[in-house]
Amino acid sequence: MASSVTKTARKRLAWLLVLIVGFAGIIGLGMATKATGASFVPQLALDLQGGTSIILSPTLADGQTIKQEQLDQAVAIIRARVDSTGVSESTVTTSGNNNIIVEIPGVPSESTLQLIKSSAKLEFRAVLEASASSSAQVGGSSGSSASPSATTPSASKSASAAPSPSVSPTDASDLHWVSPAIQAQFDALDCTKQFRAPGQVDDPTQPLVTCDTYRYQKYILGPVEVAGANISNATAGTITTQTGAATNEWAVNLDFDSKGTEAFSAVTSRLFPLASPRNQFAVTLDGYVITAPQTNAVITNGSAQITGSFTKDSSKSLADQLKYGSLPIGFEVQSQENISATLGSESLKSGLLAGLIGLILVVIYSMFQYRALASITIGSLIIAAVLTYLLISILSWRQGYRLSLSGVAGLIVAIGITADSFIVYFERVRDELRDGRTLSAAVEAGWRRAIRTILVSDGVSLLAAIVLFTLTVGSVKGFAFTLGLTTLVDLAVVAIFTHPMLQIIAQAKFFSSGNKWSGFDAKALGGHVYVGRGKFEVSGRVSEAKRGKASKEAEKRQTIAERKATNSQDNGGQN
Amino acid sequence: MSKFSDLGNDLYTGKRSIDFIGKRKVFYIIAAVMIALAIALPTARGGFNFGIEFKGGAEFRVSGISQSDQNKAVDAVHSVVASSNPTVTAVGTDAIRIQTEKLDPTQSEAVRVALANAYGVNSSSVASSFIGANWGADITSKAFYGLIVFVVLAAILMAIYFRTLKMSLAAIIALLHDLVITAGVYGALGFEVTPAAVIGFLTILGYSLYDTVVVFDKIRENTFEVEFSESTTFAERVNLAINQTLVRSINTSVVAVLPVASILFIGAVLLGAGTLRDIALALFIGIIVGTYSTIFIAAPVYSNLREGEAKYAKATEKVLASR
Repeated sequence: MASSVTKTARKRLAWLLVLIVGFAGIIGLGMATKATGASFVPQLALDLQGGTSIILSPTLADGQTIKQEQLDQAVAIIRARVDSTGVSESTVTTSGNNNIIVEIPGVPSESTLQLIKSSAKLEFRAVLEASASSSAQVGGSSGSSASPSATTPSASKSASAAPSPSVSPTDASDLHWVSPAIQAQFDALDCTKQFRAPGQVDDPTQPLVTCDTYRYQKYILGPVEVAGANISNATAGTITTQTGAATNEWAVNLDFDSKGTEAFSAVTSRLFPLASPRNQFAVTLDGYVITAPQTNAVITNGSAQITGSFTKDSSKSLADQLKYGSLPIGFEVQSQENISATLGSESLKSGLLAGLIGLILVVIYSMFQYRALASITIGSLIIAAVLTYLLISILSWRQGYRLSLSGVAGLIVAIGITADSFIVYFERVRDELRDGRTLSAAVEAGWRRAIRTILVSDGVSLLAAIVLFTLTVGSVKGFAFTLGLTTLVDLAVVAIFTHPMLQIIAQAKFFSSGNKWSGFDAKALGGHVYVGRGKFEVSGRVSEAKRGKASKEAEKRQTIAERKATNSQDNGGQN
Repeated sequence: MSKFSDLGNDLYTGKRSIDFIGKRKVFYIIAAVMIALAIALPTARGGFNFGIEFKGGAEFRVSGISQSDQNKAVDAVHSVVASSNPTVTAVGTDAIRIQTEKLDPTQSEAVRVALANAYGVNSSSVASSFIGANWGADITSKAFYGLIVFVVLAAILMAIYFRTLKMSLAAIIALLHDLVITAGVYGALGFEVTPAAVIGFLTILGYSLYDTVVVFDKIRENTFEVEFSESTTFAERVNLAINQTLVRSINTSVVAVLPVASILFIGAVLLGAGTLRDIALALFIGIIVGTYSTIFIAAPVYSNLREGEAKYAKATEKVLASR
């Protein structure tokens, strides 16, 4: 029996080894393949590495609400703007229902702040000249393949056939816009380089020389003809043929309000007969072209459809850009926090020091309480620490998790909570020993009881972590995350390290004989059971109480030998 | 391990027993008084001392300074905003924190530079923050919402595990007791309420229930089929369970509180006011109150809720009559 127990125990420990080596292997593999962010050192949040954190909330009129898509779009726009200032490693995320958090290393300039806060501008301009950016042609940058839809998608009229209009052509497509200066600017333009000042505001009555957002195609565009605010709706959907049959092709459906309908109708009537590329119109967001479809028809009813080689995601993304890109929502700075790098590293150092002291105190206390058994506690804590560290490194790489000061606090608090489950287990085993079992039997019986308690109490902790993580914002999230993670690690460690280790040491004479220093002191634990029993009024009742329990629950698990042992110890005997 | 372990052993067998259930009225009165104080004292002090995150304003932190003459900071702020009334606190040994009312970005930058000059440090070692008044409120309202959702879900989870709503109810009563008293200690002593303190406060939720669940598991085991017992009553079995898990309760609490105390110490001594200290302070109070309430509130309340049930009442009557 003993050997089979040891065998299972060894198997579980082997699983633990697989887990640790597996996690380390994932990171190692990531580093070997030079994946960005793969490292054995987790990324630190702003409060530990220094930088500026800006919390923005939309300026909304009374009763106005902001939709998640709108917020996501705003995040995308802000990210693009922050990137355009040349600041690297910034993160822009949403937080809660309507906040955006921008984290930037260092201290942002006033102009960067202004840029982040202002609302975006979406505009329609006619294409006067287009060509692939020189460097993109040569290098064939990755952007080119990512943007098949942005190069030559085409707009076709939807559903109803439009009556042929006779609008007199305006000069918005007139090539006279292209002055020698503009032409020179266009020729010199290299889209892969920074060519626009961050936050640059373009004159809507003047032509514009710019690139698409993929930095692949460059354009000379005419003056603004339709403002993005005149788009009433944009959706992604599959194309239905005229007979009403659905196809698998994705497209973006665009609807204009009355003013937009009129203006767009004028644009399409003028562009339709022109030759490529002048039959294209470009939609710019913050001055960059997000799409430049060809005009396949004159659209007078205000409903256009942009087709091209869209996927479900790319059509959705363009539809969102068109729909929300122009909304006149500005942001106000809710909070701006700047942490110097020195303060950050000092915080980290203090946090680690606090963790170390806490760990040492816990170790000392368990040595005092559990003697040699404390070595299992220490081992378990070390294993838990290693697993947690590896998991945080992996999450930091794959999920962009950043360890914050409140996260560090969560980890330290977790030391105690993790050690708690070992105590619950050890005390259970001691209880079973007091009931007169041998150590190896007590370990098994104690484990069966303890694991239930540990499962439900860890369940409560995990529930708290999950609820806090999903419902709260900012630093509370970071803390809840580490707390939840360590709870899971705790469960794993107690099941595949603490328990098997206890099974193995239960076979050792030092522990099974109940050595004074083993933590399972037979005399201290079992000695009083039969000596003291019956001498006190209270204990008489207790043996009754225990008998009720033992007869129901424990008896069926006991072997005959164990039952005999219990009988001989328990003066009251079984009923 | 002799003495403490002896105690554990004696408590387990019942050789020594502390009558928690019998004296519960005393504990209930203590709890009622504590809760009354937790409400009265902060009210008398004029409410909680909310941090800048709740009031809105600007905060500067100058680190790596050699002299901590606080007047210099006041002068520096006044050189930019003459009407300002800054609060200056020393943080650790080589840093100070200056809090002012809301400043506009230009003023804020000017104060930063003025502070750096006043203390002769590089302006990069002056950290500045600006916080809108509703940021802290936003965190708190979300936290409050989270608290309610958690309590409901945890009550359901416990009701399913223990197969009785009464355990959930008793555990939640004890939890509310912990929260009110912890908040009361904060209010009464005038500790600053910051978002970090709110985090610590929320963590008490998890810990308080964790501790209660461990003891309740033992109570459930001990009271299994107690209605058929001819020698012990429901309340006595509950009391035995508390005694049997007492050593475990003490051990787990000490182990949980040690790292928290270490954060509290390091946070307060080395870093001064800040995330670490604020989380740890709320947790430190919460863990101690939580352990207390499991033993003195949760278990007795559960016994109160259950022992009146017909089957237990009848059995109790029988047992007492046979004595």
